[in-house]
Amino acid sequence: MEKIKKYSKVIYILWLRQLKRYSRSRARMVGSLAQPTLFLVAMGFGFGPIFQKAGGGNYIQFLAPGIIAMSIIFTAMFGGMEVIYDRQFGFLKETLVAPVPRWTIMLGRTLGGATVSTAQGLVVFFIALLVGFRPENIFTAPLALIYMALIATSFTALGTAIASTMEDMQAFPLVMNFLIMPLFFLSGALFPLTGLPKAIQLIIRINPLSYGVDGIRGILSHQMHFTFHTDLFILLAFTLATLAAGSYLFSKIEV
Amino acid sequence: MNIITVKNLVKKFDDRPAVDDISFDVKKGEIFAFLGPNGAGKTTTIKMFTTLLKPTSGQILINGFDPTTNSDDVRQSFGIIFQDPSLDDELTAFENLEFHGVLYNVPKKIRRARIEELLKIVELEKRRDDLVKEFSGGMKRRLEIARGLLHHPQIIFLDEPTLGLDPQTRNHLWSYIKDMNQKEGITVFFSTHYMEEADRMSDRIAIIDNGKIVAEGTAEKLKADTASATLEDAFLKLTGKAIREEGANAVDKLRTMGRIWRR
Repeated sequence: MEKIKKYSKVIYILWLRQLKRYSRSRARMVGSLAQPTLFLVAMGFGFGPIFQKAGGGNYIQFLAPGIIAMSIIFTAMFGGMEVIYDRQFGFLKETLVAPVPRWTIMLGRTLGGATVSTAQGLVVFFIALLVGFRPENIFTAPLALIYMALIATSFTALGTAIASTMEDMQAFPLVMNFLIMPLFFLSGALFPLTGLPKAIQLIIRINPLSYGVDGIRGILSHQMHFTFHTDLFILLAFTLATLAAGSYLFSKIEV
Repeated sequence: MNIITVKNLVKKFDDRPAVDDISFDVKKGEIFAFLGPNGAGKTTTIKMFTTLLKPTSGQILINGFDPTTNSDDVRQSFGIIFQDPSLDDELTAFENLEFHGVLYNVPKKIRRARIEELLKIVELEKRRDDLVKEFSGGMKRRLEIARGLLHHPQIIFLDEPTLGLDPQTRNHLWSYIKDMNQKEGITVFFSTHYMEEADRMSDRIAIIDNGKIVAEGTAEKLKADTASATLEDAFLKLTGKAIREEGANAVDKLRTMGRIWRR
């Protein structure tokens, strides 16, 4: 009991730290909103007419959930990879010599990063409203937060896991180009999943983000490829797996 | 009573020994200086003491606990001032201390009282709510010292604590460390390149070179053994005059990159 109290305080203070750091960095906030806004405007209006002609309906309705998911995984992965910055500026050592299990440190950081990313996704939701996006049912719309939070948590944990094994920023562009970009583009965030070549179909089915995008889209736009249960189950499993992998790798860090 | 016991400690990086079979003891309440040229193995040893690195072989006992098996007990026993900065620049002085206090499970009332007291001691109480990134090097160092003492450790490790500080700050800092050693009986284990500092402050000294302990004893003994007038001469006689190369590690490279980015 005493331990649970102690650990939850540790998790809380690390969560709080991530939030404080984020709220104090205006440049980061503005910078991370520019990209999703650009995607919404350029793709939404650019491909809108073609999508409509092809019988897909309103493209903004289709696209917005994908862009919300995109902004979450970008912020989440970068948030997780902040471990490298902390290594660079030395602060990581302060947390590594603290007399608490490393997994509590990892969990606190991850939940902090996840909260930030979910909030980011929420802001993108409101930007989407400005561009013309309308959720089908305003009362059930908050349920999308469940899927948003799961993507946020799992990808922050994944970022932490990757960053725990990296000594410096050299591998960062690699992660960006070979992991984050493909995850996003091959998740059904931008295009419907019906009628795609088998190979692409398979990749999309393996990509956990696909299920997050699908869940959010199902709730907000009433369009789905899988089912809510499948989405929820796969995302939960993926979140637990990344949290486990992240805490294991984080606890193995030596500096 | 020994508060630190080291027996046949070895640490190898890719078969190259950084610490090569060292053994020594530090007594409770002692001020112990750990000296050596660059790349001799000082920081590696301190990292093994503080659970940041796992030894390849050998045994360490810190306050009676083994860092490899009882890491939490060991971590609760010491405070550390690292060689390079380890504060969160985006947090205020108070927040950095508060963060530390929570991590070390110092109850809120005691924590708040100690934070105010320590901020006064290191003369930062007026900068309490300023972000650390606005602090000078000396101020950061003082804040780190305050932080290292917040949870009342049994041992404090100081890895080149006065590096890059002006004589005023250095003097101030040492008088504080000395005071704390006498009043609270905290064991002080420090490394430095300033020989006169080691001579003046330490009860006992160990000199490490190429991963091996080459001399151990009081400053007087080391000087007498080598027939030297100063500790610096004794040090040079024991470790030779060749300048040491130290491989840049990943973190150093990263810092260089960080500096480039921030331009």
